[in-house]
Amino acid sequence: MTRPQEVDTAQIRARYPDVFDRPASARLATPLMLGAALAIFVFGLVNLDFSPQRFFAGLSQLGWISLMMIPPDPGSSLPVYLKALGETLSIALLGTTLAAVFALPVSLLAARNVVPSKILRFPVRRLLDSIRGIDTLIWALVWINVVGLGPFAGVLAIAVSDFGAFGKLFSEAIEGADQKQVEGIRASGGSALHEIRFGLLPQVLPVIAGQVLYFIESNTRSATIIGIVGAGGIGLQLAEQIRVLEWQKVSFLILMILVAVAAIDFVSGKLRFAIIGRRAVA
Amino acid sequence: MTIAVAILPEQQLAALNATYRKAVARKRLRLLAGFALFVAALIVASIGAEVNLRTFFTYFGNFVSYFDRLLTLENGQRVWTDFGEWFWGWHKWLKLLGETLLISYVGTLGGAVLAFLLNFLAAENTSPAAWLRFTVRRLLEFARTVPGIVFALIFVIAFGLGPMAGVLAIAIHSTGALGKLFSEIVENADMKPVEGIRSTGASWVACMRFAILPQVSAGYASYALLRFEINVREASVMGFVGAGGIGQELIVAIRKFYYSDVSAILVTIIVTVFLIDITTGWVRGRLFGREART
Repeated sequence: MTRPQEVDTAQIRARYPDVFDRPASARLATPLMLGAALAIFVFGLVNLDFSPQRFFAGLSQLGWISLMMIPPDPGSSLPVYLKALGETLSIALLGTTLAAVFALPVSLLAARNVVPSKILRFPVRRLLDSIRGIDTLIWALVWINVVGLGPFAGVLAIAVSDFGAFGKLFSEAIEGADQKQVEGIRASGGSALHEIRFGLLPQVLPVIAGQVLYFIESNTRSATIIGIVGAGGIGLQLAEQIRVLEWQKVSFLILMILVAVAAIDFVSGKLRFAIIGRRAVA
Repeated sequence: MTIAVAILPEQQLAALNATYRKAVARKRLRLLAGFALFVAALIVASIGAEVNLRTFFTYFGNFVSYFDRLLTLENGQRVWTDFGEWFWGWHKWLKLLGETLLISYVGTLGGAVLAFLLNFLAAENTSPAAWLRFTVRRLLEFARTVPGIVFALIFVIAFGLGPMAGVLAIAIHSTGALGKLFSEIVENADMKPVEGIRSTGASWVACMRFAILPQVSAGYASYALLRFEINVREASVMGFVGAGGIGQELIVAIRKFYYSDVSAILVTIIVTVFLIDITTGWVRGRLFGREART
């Protein structure tokens, strides 16, 4: 009978030092990082007044609220809600379109292959960054101060905050475009404008169209919330009903939002598919 | 010497041209129809959203002068002439900003842990049962679609005013968003290690721990960091509905027309978001190499 071969651990250890004797820094890095993350987490819980009894009291309260939400019931205000939903969809569509129209020329200025001068590109990019750093809700508050309460302020808020996002995304798409076609136009004697129109735009427009459609989708979500600060749409109704504790209406409104977002998802998914084909959808 | 370019006979050329024009005309027509449809939708939308260009142009001066006032101190000077006066409340604001960062950190980590627990159940290739996958997916979808601030509005009533509601709202929303992304990473993972571990008689949990987790943990951390960036922005407005952080101070300043305060708080928020973006970008670069930095 053969016994399993005796394993000489010492020899194996000596042969593979980087597996068995990893330096302390490599061995301790992960636990240390996890420990630090956990420490900050606990510190945060303490600092933000978390306490178990508050948490569980809140949970039971939440349970009651969810019970009161069933069944969802709009009462007599269904027409008002449908109108508000239409308003929300309008805000999303208009805001995104405005943003895309204004962002296209600016994104050309921020693209490395169109504007080689760093001095010109830098301020444009920082401007776009600062616009993106401010949340849509804050823009909504600012526009309410300018054009008054109502959905128009919402349109402008979405347009401005998306302008920042589009500027960055479009300029990245433009930088990713193939330079050969631009060179071809230049070689045949085209001007700078011709280069952009016939060399760059045909390449980037499908990408841009896909992004715009995607943003219309995600803006339906944003448009539902800007109503909370008074910029029109279904968020206004939702915030009001939550404040007066009409839970059945609240759950109905949330359901309406979910259905609307799912419908927009479906339609824009199909459209994106038609415009840019299967590859780019994923 | 002239070069003769071969040109097709007149008749043949005419036929080809006609076909070409027809093909192009069809495409153009379709494009035009799509464009007309889009414009019609825009017009309907602008009626729905009560767009009034007259108001816009009348009040556009307001927009410019609003920014003008934002950058003016109470004594009529420009803000950058006196930083001490502009950022007079920096002590309070920094504290609130710290609270905002903590809210987003605790919310992101909580959401990431929940998403981590749920995502193996939601992924096509690792889910133990179809009904479980369906339920978990619908749950995640719900958490993702309802905006964070709506959760915050409800939680403020259930848990009381304060940062706790904000943390929970961010945690739930992040669970939905991260759960989907995480499960997509799992679906792209290589299944051969799972088979190997399975063949040794390991349980489902052991399979996940030793076969899937080593493949996906880097992607998880990368997405969680990205989510943290987004949540910092989100947490800055949680105060609007009373859920803690710097938003409370900002909405008071905007509503009461404390112009220079508004600009000072906005500047601190923008700078913080910048710093967080740069830091997380750097951390992701360090952790996962260049390719993960996109």
